[in-house]
Amino acid sequence: MSANTTAIVTISNRLGLHARPAMMLAETAMRFDADISVRRLDQDAGVDAKSIMQLMMLAAVCGTELEFTASGTDADAAMSELTALVKGNFSEDAVDDH
Amino acid sequence: MKLLDIVVKDAIDPQLAATSRDEAITMLVDRLIEAKAVDPGHRDEFISAIIKRERRGSTGFGHGVAVPHVKHPEIEKLVAAVGVSHDGIDFNSLDGNPVHSIFLIISPEQKPEEHLEAMEAVFSNLSQDTFRSFLLQATTVDHVTSLLEEADSSTLGN
Repeated sequence: MSANTTAIVTISNRLGLHARPAMMLAETAMRFDADISVRRLDQDAGVDAKSIMQLMMLAAVCGTELEFTASGTDADAAMSELTALVKGNFSEDAVDDH
Repeated sequence: MKLLDIVVKDAIDPQLAATSRDEAITMLVDRLIEAKAVDPGHRDEFISAIIKRERRGSTGFGHGVAVPHVKHPEIEKLVAAVGVSHDGIDFNSLDGNPVHSIFLIISPEQKPEEHLEAMEAVFSNLSQDTFRSFLLQATTVDHVTSLLEEADSSTLGN
């Protein structure tokens, strides 16, 4: 067992974590063996990053801070890909583009 | 956000007759128009935008559920139609299974947070086995409406 890896990122695309970004996260997360959860910093419970439905239940608008936690042999790789998606605004408009 | 804040009661079809994805989308948009929830002038635009969105990536997220949607600049208040298909419809869903529960959502383009809150309300219920099976057992608009009321007051449990 490897240790947990954690990272906090802020949703910065204008439309927030809607269906397409949620799907990008879930599809990316599913490529890894690691268990990955996502939690809003203002909530206690996290959701499974591999479930689009659960990700949609975060209602993460632009500006929401999310904590990703991954555990497993490929946790570090998973974490860097997932946080890159958020930081890259899921290839959508950032808020200040609008 | 509660389900009954967004679902238009007159746009609930507990026995959706559609046999294809595009037909289901068309019927549910027409329900919203008949219920005077959206402007009929944008009918074709809504339908083609929702279908286009589905082609880019299915909103059939598994468990027999789909949430076709569009954001439109002329919409002021988010509205949703509900369709239940007992036979199931091919939505090109992620798990390959036919779709039985459809929540079609039309939301204001300028308020992305409302769209996300509506999705949260829809999925926090649709992700529950109990809610999905009760919805499939509903045969009348009143059945669906009381199910949504129960879900809103969280009496369904998990």
